[in-house]
Amino acid sequence: MAVYSAFAAVDGTGAAAYRLFVMAARWIEASPKGIYVRPADAWIDPSVPVERALVTHGHADHARGGHGTSWATPETLAIMALRYGDIAGVPVAYGETVSLGPVDISYVPAGHVLGSAQILLEHAGERVVVTGDYKRRDDPTCAPFEPVPCDVLVTEATFGLPVFRHPPIGQEIDRLLGALHAAPERCVLVGAYALGKAQRVIAELRAHGHADPIYIHGALERMCDLYRDFGVELGELYPATAASAEQLRGKVVLCPPSALNDRWSRRLPDPITAMASGWMRVRQRARQKNVELPLVISDHADWDELTATIREVAPSEIWVTHGREEALVHWCGLHQMQARALALVGYEDEDEG
Amino acid sequence: MHAFSQLLDGLVYTRSRNAKLALIADYMRSAPDPDRGWALAALTGDLSLPAVKASAIQAIVAERVDPLLFLMSRDYVGDLAETVALIWPKRIDQPAEIDDGSLGLAAVVDRLMRLGRAEAPAALGEMLDHLDASGRFALLKLATGGLRVGISARLAKTGFAQAFGLDVDAVEEVWHALRPPYAELFAWGLGGERPDPRGTPFFRPFMLAHPLEAETLDLADYAAEWKWDGIRVQIVGTGQAVRLYSRAGDDITATFPDIAEAAHGIDAVLDGEMLVRGEAQGAAEHGGSAASFNALQQRLGRKNVSARMLADYPAFVRLYDLLIDGADDLRALPWEARRARLEAFAARLDPARFDLSAVIAARDFDELAETRAGARDAAIEGVMLKRRDSPYVAGRRTGLWYKWKRDPLTVDCVMMYAQRGHGKRSSFYSDYTFGCWSEEGELLPVAKAYSGFTDEELKWLDGFVRNHTVNRFGPVREVEKTLVVELAFDSVHDSRRHKSGVAMRFPRIARIRRDKPPEEADTIATLRKLIV
Ligand SMILES: [Zn+2]
Ligand SMILES: [Zn+2]
Repeated sequence: MAVYSAFAAVDGTGAAAYRLFVMAARWIEASPKGIYVRPADAWIDPSVPVERALVTHGHADHARGGHGTSWATPETLAIMALRYGDIAGVPVAYGETVSLGPVDISYVPAGHVLGSAQILLEHAGERVVVTGDYKRRDDPTCAPFEPVPCDVLVTEATFGLPVFRHPPIGQEIDRLLGALHAAPERCVLVGAYALGKAQRVIAELRAHGHADPIYIHGALERMCDLYRDFGVELGELYPATAASAEQLRGKVVLCPPSALNDRWSRRLPDPITAMASGWMRVRQRARQKNVELPLVISDHADWDELTATIREVAPSEIWVTHGREEALVHWCGLHQMQARALALVGYEDEDEG
Repeated sequence: MHAFSQLLDGLVYTRSRNAKLALIADYMRSAPDPDRGWALAALTGDLSLPAVKASAIQAIVAERVDPLLFLMSRDYVGDLAETVALIWPKRIDQPAEIDDGSLGLAAVVDRLMRLGRAEAPAALGEMLDHLDASGRFALLKLATGGLRVGISARLAKTGFAQAFGLDVDAVEEVWHALRPPYAELFAWGLGGERPDPRGTPFFRPFMLAHPLEAETLDLADYAAEWKWDGIRVQIVGTGQAVRLYSRAGDDITATFPDIAEAAHGIDAVLDGEMLVRGEAQGAAEHGGSAASFNALQQRLGRKNVSARMLADYPAFVRLYDLLIDGADDLRALPWEARRARLEAFAARLDPARFDLSAVIAARDFDELAETRAGARDAAIEGVMLKRRDSPYVAGRRTGLWYKWKRDPLTVDCVMMYAQRGHGKRSSFYSDYTFGCWSEEGELLPVAKAYSGFTDEELKWLDGFVRNHTVNRFGPVREVEKTLVVELAFDSVHDSRRHKSGVAMRFPRIARIRRDKPPEEADTIATLRKLIV
């Protein structure tokens, strides 16, 4: 893939067009492997190993192993250590500022998963915010998103189409519990991403008064422990593999999405297959995954949140990193805002939605 | 609307047949009258509403959503109704994403039935504002007449029967004498009398045939008839009234007044093939010739038939079976006994409008195979094999009736365009347009095909389309003209609709010819030689 020209934009028609931009933040470059902050000689969420990495959050497509040094929140560094073993990291807590060369760098809560941060870069009188992944909904497992006024907003667009409007999570948890109580001889098997989604579903179940033990797939155990170490209450959790089919009747079982339809689930008592993901809003997506109970629960901003955040932060320029960037860029154009799509590679939006 | 839209959602996602039946039965027990009657009609495909055009739906959404954002969304979602259901921005004074409960299914159906074309968009928009995404989806599917939830009419009726502890075959027997919202049916379910259908000319489900694969049949057990290329028709007469029904149970009496007139006064139910007089298929030795399907097509789908049409394309019915003769229900009798009754009955009918499907004389299966092979010259589709002792039963029953079509024709074509499929296939480019070469060396479309491939092949074809797109026109992708596909089809005829001047009947993908360069695909001239 060719290195991305910093001035190419993808306009809403899908055709590449070249527009003249007021050139904000010339000290930041977008290349396919990540966002490069030249005066700090550091990369944000690079897709390949680099000397100096600024990491927004622990999801594998943003936090990769093998960097020289990683700057991230203490939670994110702990998640990276769990995944990659010992890493050289510099913890930057929310609200703290570090300087790399002439650039001041602060981490602001993004509300996406435990430890997730927006990165605020200040240099040459300009403020640039890189959102990483974010959402605006309440989440008992992480600090809420804080809007930061800036000149350039570098935003995600995972759910960047107006068909994506996530329902209130309470409604989805009610549906889950409704299905569980309607079939006490079965169990509900919920596919949920191991970092963030699983813990959020558990914490929301608890908040809805579901005090029963919850059973989890082995791939979720260490992450749940890590969340608890950071003070997130998850209640009674047991490994699903150690439980008998009899014990699992009428219970909620969580596993990573990849385990939903594999042999692992065959031992469960006639599971109702559920999946917690923003993609579940589209019928065919749910059908393809063989999901019987699609739960529209997302850790990303939906279309309304993406556009509301842009209005609220009111940047003079918007750069769109990953997802359905064409539509969001087009929307900005409709509202007389300067926007362009960055052709970054390596971000997978499918699994973690 | 909420209970109905939840039922539809449940049916979309539920995999097991029993769980689907349980969902339907639950709904049928708990929903109020007449909502549940309308729901049952919607599930069985018996709810006919004046369809709101897709263009009208696009027009109302265009008033609220930027057209390009809508197009991008539709390209992602695939289905128009679902895209509108998901994207619909409510009026500012409406609570978001909540079905406010103000719209009952019966009220919605009533409204849709009375809607004039001009007022439809505004009325739909107003209703959409009261619903959540599931409700909007259900409403739009009802309004556009495309409510496909992946269940058969039979399953819906079984769910209904299960709800009230009735026998589904008993339900089936009275079904076609009743009209939505089926008040009598629910009254019966709740302990009332079984509805009595006598005296009304109602449809009985057709008996259908399995394709004959490799097996050989013993002609001592099976009788053979020619397979005619028309449409199956059921003629139902009560002595006073006459109705003609298509295979799907649609009333086509008005389309064939010549036949209805000729059948006037009969008290019987007949099964046969609707054909037009002509020479294209068969000859005297096959029990009489008939015009091509193309000629019959001129008569199909018309509500008013001109005298000119009746004169140019005179219809007749070639009779296959007699189900009911006066007070006698013959369906339980063996085919041979019904055939004897049919022959006697047919002798009393107007020979200009009715004749008998001939039984093919063949000593054994080999001789039949030979006769069948010889029939290609006479442009006959194939033969039917019917077990001599078979009763007349609804649907396809293994071992009773077989259709043995002649081998299909094939042609090598080049893929030109692709579009996403519907339903389960909406994330795949599964509908393709294929072309053959003209004299001038230009590729011209000759067929659209969306079947014949395996799931594996579909994935591959989808990947090909995505990786070889050269142009997009809305949902249609134009692809590099490099992929050769062998299409199988039953016949080819002249067509004014295609620039190529030819159209195929039943084209489907036989093989993907990755080995073949596109220059070696067939020409339209070759295809024309196959026109009979
Ligand atoms: Zn993430
Ligand atoms: Zn991401």
